Amino acid sequence: METGAREIQFTLNGRSVTALVESHLDLVDLLRRYQLFGARESCGLGLCGCCTVILNGQAVSGCLTLAQLVDGKDVRTVEDLDADGNLSPVQQAFIEEGAFQCGFCTPGFILMTHDLLKRHPDPEDEQIRHHLSGNLCRCATYPEIVRAVKNAAARIRAAGAPAGAA
Amino acid sequence: MTSMRPMPEGQVGRSVPRLEGRQKVTGRADYTHNLVLPGMLHIKVFRSTVAHGRILSIDTSAAAEMEGVYRVVTGEDIRQLVPNPYYGPAFHDQPVLALDKVRYVGEPVAVVLAADPYVAAEAVQLISAEYEELEPVFDEVEAVSSRTFVHDVLKPAGTFPDLKHLHGRQNTNVALDYRLRRGDVDAAFAAADHVFEHEFRTQQTMHTPLEPIVSLAEPGDQSLTIYTASQSPSFVRIEIARLLGWPENRVRVKVPHLGGGFGAKLYIKLEALVACLALMVRRPVRLSLTMEEQFYTITKHASTFRIKSAVNKDGRITGRRCEVYYNGGAYADIGPRVAQKSGFTSPGPYDIENVSVDSHEVYTNRPPAGALRGFGIPQLVWAYESHTDLIARELKIDPIEFRQKNLIREGRPQATGTPVRHAALSGVLDTLAERMNWSKSFDRGTGTVRRGRGIAIGLKASIAPTTSVAIVNVSGDGSSTLYMSTVDMGQGSDTAMAQIVAETLGIATESVKVIRPDTDVTPYDMATLGSRSTFHMGHAVKRAAEHARNQLEELARSLGLPEGTNYGPKELFKQKYGMQAGNIVGVGSFIPEYKSPDPETGLTDNVTPFWMVGGTGVEIEVDTETGLVKILRMVNAADLGRPLNPKIVETQLSGAALMQLGFTMFEKMEFDNGQVSNASFADYKIPGIHDVPLTIENHIVEAEQVTGPFAAKGVGESATFGVSPAIASAIHDAVGVRLTELPLSAEAVFNAIKASGEKD
Repeated sequence: METGAREIQFTLNGRSVTALVESHLDLVDLLRRYQLFGARESCGLGLCGCCTVILNGQAVSGCLTLAQLVDGKDVRTVEDLDADGNLSPVQQAFIEEGAFQCGFCTPGFILMTHDLLKRHPDPEDEQIRHHLSGNLCRCATYPEIVRAVKNAAARIRAAGAPAGAA
Repeated sequence: MTSMRPMPEGQVGRSVPRLEGRQKVTGRADYTHNLVLPGMLHIKVFRSTVAHGRILSIDTSAAAEMEGVYRVVTGEDIRQLVPNPYYGPAFHDQPVLALDKVRYVGEPVAVVLAADPYVAAEAVQLISAEYEELEPVFDEVEAVSSRTFVHDVLKPAGTFPDLKHLHGRQNTNVALDYRLRRGDVDAAFAAADHVFEHEFRTQQTMHTPLEPIVSLAEPGDQSLTIYTASQSPSFVRIEIARLLGWPENRVRVKVPHLGGGFGAKLYIKLEALVACLALMVRRPVRLSLTMEEQFYTITKHASTFRIKSAVNKDGRITGRRCEVYYNGGAYADIGPRVAQKSGFTSPGPYDIENVSVDSHEVYTNRPPAGALRGFGIPQLVWAYESHTDLIARELKIDPIEFRQKNLIREGRPQATGTPVRHAALSGVLDTLAERMNWSKSFDRGTGTVRRGRGIAIGLKASIAPTTSVAIVNVSGDGSSTLYMSTVDMGQGSDTAMAQIVAETLGIATESVKVIRPDTDVTPYDMATLGSRSTFHMGHAVKRAAEHARNQLEELARSLGLPEGTNYGPKELFKQKYGMQAGNIVGVGSFIPEYKSPDPETGLTDNVTPFWMVGGTGVEIEVDTETGLVKILRMVNAADLGRPLNPKIVETQLSGAALMQLGFTMFEKMEFDNGQVSNASFADYKIPGIHDVPLTIENHIVEAEQVTGPFAAKGVGESATFGVSPAIASAIHDAVGVRLTELPLSAEAVFNAIKASGEKD
């Protein structure tokens, strides 16, 4: 089988890396080669948000992103948020509010919450729901997630700092 | 952390944050999904395209020749390794890969193994099969009398005594015919002032855990390790050992966190296939399903429920006949237990003198159905509570008053004759009435926006007789480790069980380490299902911790320390061994008392160790021009005894109700001649954040399960019970039409409104 492999270079969670990548490989599978499992394929159609990755500052579905297309770009995953050993305010808020059950969708929600709070530091319920409508939680922990987003916003405001690295 | 730490008060009843919280929010939690084994081969599945047919030939030659393909395997190849390769918890009816016949569209027929999963997927496209097509049967009621038989002969697994009589039975699709007879139901109908009869149906749905079903197997020296996203590691070990003719100890089953289960990951799903393949190719193998493939693997039963009631002029129900048909699909899985365990509560939480129940598990040519959060109960409550509302409406009695008049009171017998104790039926109903302001007038809207409200309540028995075993190890420094095979799939069992250990040993919950299920290490547990862990495993864990505590006290006495000494374990060990050394192992097991129902009458005075009670009230708005239903308010209430962890419990209630909301409002597997035509999230919609009711409240009804560990009992399913009938009743209240089939889609509501307009 012709794999169309070529070498690409990109920044992964702040570190420059080089990889030999087949043309059909998607970004989630590429990340697995780096032992990063926080972005995970679930629906395979870009509809559930479990595979959310931040590409050049933009949230994308890793399962719909061909790995070769990240050549020269900045890739950040949920594992970047506590790179310094400290949980981000959003992660702390999710724990405090109990905003997850099985945890499989949680990294996607957390990355999208960071994205939301960068744009809207004090979001209304409707803004929260709208921004997180592309993420599915089969345990349906949605009410707790909305509370966690507000909790995180309050933490960030209290600290006077912008939302985390992502 | 050790016993040097001051003893914290009240571990049980505290909203301890989940122990694995940090791992989950950082994306570092361990799921089978993540696992990569050195040298492993990926498996892709070639599936049946016909609903029912004899296999004439399977052509794998082109796939086998493709570059990068390691091997192609069919059912006949499996038969070389395992002469009788059929598995299942109730019936040994499901082949590892299809043999002789295919019984549903999507059934695994052959597999390709390759180091590159993309190669395996492409090679699957090169396989072809020829079938002699047979007449399929899809409907659960038709299948009872159909001349099409999904299986030639019934093969009960021998585990359940009430299935033994089906052994060798031919020319039938009925995989269980549970019956219950109490009093004289015909006489009750003859003497009744009113008789009501209705039929309700539910649709087939899927659990769609976001971590799709996944298993790996790794062959060893005379042994096999299975890494699997399973809710029942002990069952997997026993069943795989049985298939291979091995002792249990040669099979090791390891389960990390589960990315959701909801009943989909019970018993055998992919484990038998990966086990056989790993032994055949002598390499580790991995099979991870796509979301689409999950719909061809396990589902929730579609059902038909015919219910008939005799009611006297005072509004007392005096007789009830229940005919229930569960659509089991092509393989029984745990369906016969669903038909039996839920069937005996099909008359509902009402005190009815004369009852007749016939509950059937029926084979059809659909994807198999098994357990899904509620184990058949939501299908039943949907019917009996819709029926209850229709009776109350007809008799012009307030629906809460009608229910209160008929509810089973403390100590009175349920349909099986088992007394109902520690079940806050009235308490749950009162909570709903109060929170819904039921006695106050309600604005029903005008014009094209109409409003309505409804409530419903259900009862579920627990699983008996089933065994749980736990081990608590206190180490030389006093730190404690819990070994158990309960699977935490998000329900918070690791945290709750650690709370029980901590409470018993007088240490902090956060200091207890919980070992994830590993059958080489963690002891037997029947499975994580049916809201049984809190009660069954909770007891075993408490006993194990007490056993450890007793040994520590014994150790203190043997060292000559005075009674009530405040020496912690660390000091005791040090005094005994002269250094940090040794450990104490506490073991606990639990099996609740149970008395099998009489095979003729279905009666028994001890059918369950406890009862779960749950109910829901809703206020809704209907757009009469589109049929769209908006849930303005949802109130869930449940009796779960004393909550071990109130916050996790509340999330369980909320999550269960919202999951059932999806099954109520829009989720439905669509079929085209047996082919699921919407097997993806593009076409099969599950609840998203916009589907959450504007207001949602969850209430823990004050109650104690005095027989439970710390007066607690299970809660994972209770809030599913009332959702569907409460919403249907609210729609009836708003626009005067009654839907009798799920889901309550906008289209269905609109058509019903239109039809009622045409009638008037």
